[in-house]
Parts: sequence; C-alpha cells; structure tokens
Amino acid sequence: MSGGNGYLSPSGQEIVFVLTGLVVLGAAVLCVTTKQLVHAALWLVVALGGLAVQYLLLTAEFVAWVQVLIYLGSVVVLLLFGLMLTKAPIGPSAEADSGNRPVALVVALAAAGTLVTLVADAFRTAWIDLDTPHGESGPIGDSLFRVWVLPFEALSVLLLAALVGAIVLSRKDTPDAPDPAGTPGTTGTTGTGPAKGGGR
Amino acid sequence: MHLVYPAVLSALLFCVGLYGVLARRNAILVLMAVELMLAAVGLNLVAFDVWLRDVTHAGQVLTLFLIALAAAEIGIGLAIVLLVHRRRGTVAVDRLTELREKKPVT
Amino acid sequence: MELLDVAARLVAVLLAFLVLPLLVGQGEHKVMAHMQGRVGPMHAGGFHGWAQLVADGVKFAQKEDIVPAGADRRVFQIAPAVALIPYLIVLIAIPFGPDGMVGQVLDAGILFVLAVLGVGVLGSLMAGWASANKYSLLGGMRTAAQLMAYELPLLLTAASVAMAAGTLSLPGILAEFEWWWVPWQLTGAFVFFTAGLAELQRPPFDAPIANEEIVFGAYTEYSGLRFAFFLLAEYAGIVVICALTAVLFLGGWHGPAADSLGWLWMLLKTAVLAFLVIWARVAWPRLRADQIQRFAWTVLVPLALAQVALTGVVRVVIA
Repeated sequence: MSGGNGYLSPSGQEIVFVLTGLVVLGAAVLCVTTKQLVHAALWLVVALGGLAVQYLLLTAEFVAWVQVLIYLGSVVVLLLFGLMLTKAPIGPSAEADSGNRPVALVVALAAAGTLVTLVADAFRTAWIDLDTPHGESGPIGDSLFRVWVLPFEALSVLLLAALVGAIVLSRKDTPDAPDPAGTPGTTGTTGTGPAKGGGR
Repeated sequence: MHLVYPAVLSALLFCVGLYGVLARRNAILVLMAVELMLAAVGLNLVAFDVWLRDVTHAGQVLTLFLIALAAAEIGIGLAIVLLVHRRRGTVAVDRLTELREKKPVT
Repeated sequence: MELLDVAARLVAVLLAFLVLPLLVGQGEHKVMAHMQGRVGPMHAGGFHGWAQLVADGVKFAQKEDIVPAGADRRVFQIAPAVALIPYLIVLIAIPFGPDGMVGQVLDAGILFVLAVLGVGVLGSLMAGWASANKYSLLGGMRTAAQLMAYELPLLLTAASVAMAAGTLSLPGILAEFEWWWVPWQLTGAFVFFTAGLAELQRPPFDAPIANEEIVFGAYTEYSGLRFAFFLLAEYAGIVVICALTAVLFLGGWHGPAADSLGWLWMLLKTAVLAFLVIWARVAWPRLRADQIQRFAWTVLVPLALAQVALTGVVRVVIA
C-alpha cells in the first residue's frame, strides 16, 4: 500500500483532485464569508458540485450522482426557497455575521491546525489504489440491501418522521396561529388555507 | 492517489463549515455551514472506504445515509426557520433570546 | 483513435442539441397554428417558413442585452447558462440507437440524467431572484415549489423502470426491454411524462411563467441572447424529457428492423411525444399554482407509488 509513490511526482488524478479541491475550498470559504445571502447558497452549489467531481475521481460513481441529485437538486433549491421567503435582499446584508467572528476564526484555525497535522502525520504513507472502481451502483446496492438493510429501514422511518414534522411545523391553521389573511374572516375557513407558492 | 489529499481536504472543509456555524447570524446561513460540515464528513467516509476496499461498502453506504439525513435536516430546519420568521420577523440566531435567563439587575 | 471516437460522439451530441430543439420549436409554431385555424410562419426561408427560428435567432442576437439597474449583475448574467447547459450534458447519456449509439455509457445513467436535470432548475431560481423584480421573484418561488413537488414522482417512476430492468444504465434498460413493459409501466409512463411536463413549466403547468398574471415570471427582465437561451433551454428540455420517456417507457430504439433503423424509431417516438407536449399547450388552460401542488401530491405521487408496488410484485412473481 505504501512506497513507490512519492509526493513529488503526482499522478494525473492527484493533480485534478488538488485543483478541484482548491475550487471546493475556495467556494466553501466564500460561502461562509460572503455578506450576500443568495451568493452564499450559490457558492455552496459550487462547493458541493466540486465534491461530486471528487467522488467521481475516487471512483465512487453512485455516491457522486446521489450527491448531485439530492444536494444540488433538492437541498440547495430548498435553501434558496427559504432565502427568498425570508426576503433575502440583493446586495450585502448587515445581518449575515454575528459578533463572534474573531472567536470563530480562532476556533476554526485551531481545529484546522490540529486536524491537518494529525491526519497528515497518520496517513502520510497511505495510498489509494484507484485502478479498479470501488463504488459502482451494483455492488453498492448489494451491500445496501443485504448488509445495511436495518439502518436503511430505520432511516426511512426517520425520514417519515421528518416529513410529518415539517408538515406540522408549516401548517398555518393551528388554533393559536395568527390569521394569515390578517382580516376578520368568516369562521370555518380553517382547513382550506391558501396554498400559494406551495408548502412542503 | 495519496489518502492524504482527500483526508486533508475534508478536514479543512470541516473547519470552514465550523467557522460558518460559529460566525454566521442568519439561521439559513448557519444551516448552509452545517451542510458543508456534513459534506466534509461524506468525503472522508468515501475516501477511507475506497482506501480500505471494504467489501460491505460501509463508508459509501454511510455517506448515502448522510446525504438523506442532510436532506431531512434541511427540510425540518427550514420549516423551523420559516416558522420563526413568520412569528418574530427575524432569523438572526442571536436575537432569539426569549428563553434566556434574565440578566441580574445590578 | 479513441480520442477521435470521443470527439465524434461529442460533435454528434452537440449537433443533436442544436438541431432537435429548433425542430421542436418550428413544429410548435406550425402545429399550434394549424390547431388554431391559422397557417403560422410562411415567409422566412420560402417553403412554409422553415427558417423562421433561424431568423428569430438572428433577431435575438441583434437586440440589446439589458441588465436592470437594481439587479445582481453576475448572477443575472450566468443564470441562462445554468439553465441551458444541463440539457446539453444530459443528452450525452441518452442512447439513440442500438450497439453503442450513445454519447457515453454510464453505469448509473438514469441517476446521472435526473441529477443533472435537477441542476438546471437553479437557472430559473437565480434568474428570478437576481432580476430585482417582484414578478420575477414570484415566478422563481413558484418554480421552486413546483419543482420540489414534481421531482418526487419523476424519480419514483424512473426507479420503477430501473427495478423492472435490474440496472440503472440507460442502454442496459433498453437491452432488457420487452414489449409487454409498455402496458406494465403505463401508469409510470403517464406520471413520468406529466411530471416532466411540469418540470419544464410547459402548459398546463406554466404558472411560474404565466404571462397573464406575472408577466413572464423569472424571465421578465431578460432580453436579447440571454432570453433566447432560456427559450432554447425550454425546447431542449422538451427534447430531453420526450427522449427519456421514449427510452424508459416506450422501448427507445426497439421496433421493426431495429438494427438498421433503431435511430429512426427513437426519433419517431420522441417526435410523437413532443407533439403531445405541444398539443397539451393548445388543449388545456393553465392550472393555478395551488392546483399544480395538489395534483402532484394527491394524484401523481400515489400513482407513482402504486406503479413501484406493481413493478415490485410482478418482478417477484416472474423471478
């Protein structure tokens, strides 16, 4: 597993990986530092898309496409939806960062220093063999439904719970909620709440 | 490929997410930073899974679970954030201090 | 040698990407016109106005490209590209004939196609937000809500076909195809095609761009080439959704003399489906935004789940 592969003669995959990694890291940094809310979501798209490319480089094809499908197709769309509903302005917003930026920076840098030193020291000589793919959909499906079937079912129950929870949270016709129309409407209009824009 | 590249990248990405969670005030931006941290963990899992050639694909399957969990988390999280926005008109995490202990009057 | 092969495939995909949407667009002009008792464009190019869309393209290229003063310039400008490029990428994975007539064989092709299609949505959202226009923002939000709702039945029915074939690869699915899959997956086909129509925001699911109520939704502020890109994205989307429906549910290149005429069958099936898309625009009034949501969650999702259950049962019985 080790030896024979120096750091001074990187393979093509490594070069692509490092370049994509720089893009991912840069996009991630912009995502957490930009003052423009929607830009943060778009940089998140770049970072997560780059990560999908890296999964492909690591021959984890199935995970890569699931990442694109769920993260870029649903999670980021939901985030943008949320930003639009909370009236994200065009241009910088003063509300983006809180007062503990210096503390956060110190914590993050300390964590980064510790983790990187540790990881680099521990896996200096480890070598990933990428010649045979290890992540095609067939074998992944086999292990998912043979070995990991119980966690899978547990996850589906959890997703159902999350679904019910999200519906309960976003219902408007709870008795103590303020009338969304803002007018003394007729009684008995509950249950036919306006579905404008669509709820989840 | 050296294992160090994905491992270090995922460590750095995790710390960027950590900074975001601590430094951001808008709740949706905090959720985004959490997504970055989860994604970093996913990269780590995939890299080590490919390195170890695990026959049960534990790392990649766990990454799939992680992605599904992230989607659920964002669904619930956004529902909460939107509810808070509707009730209080703000999504700044450090303004939601209604449940905090009152400061002693000096 | 291999490089040449890859280059030839890419050029073929690019050519299909440039030609097929224009054919659909011209077809829409003509079909709509004849359904409404008109003749449609007759002058450009001479014969039945065949060059109308080329002329339109020239016109769009000459128009001034305006960015509104209050808009977010960069996001506003890259949004059309984000909307258009995914359709080009998706075409690479769609098989147009037997024996490797496909841009690139992907192990998880169906997943790849649906994943990349989902990215194109971001273009409309970016456009809607960055235009600094209330109508655009409304259009963007309706787009987001609609796409979240219709993604689910789309994925479920695609999963049903993947279950039937036992593979995620699009050429693999076609290799397994039997004629009786068409009745077996009929519900799935209906759900997939309808949900695809909604993903494209084509009538009757065009509440996000409803030009009588919110001007033109997310595209209100666009002009010139960038607007043309959005239009091109719409027609490329029709091609992609129709081709996918043909591959997944109608057997793609299967048909008499498939070895030599496979590509023709595929194009024919795609064209018939594209005709249905145009017909739907002429035949039905627009659904309201809440009706669109209700249709997705109370009709399409249960139907898709029923189809998945049916597929599972039949697979177990015949296995």
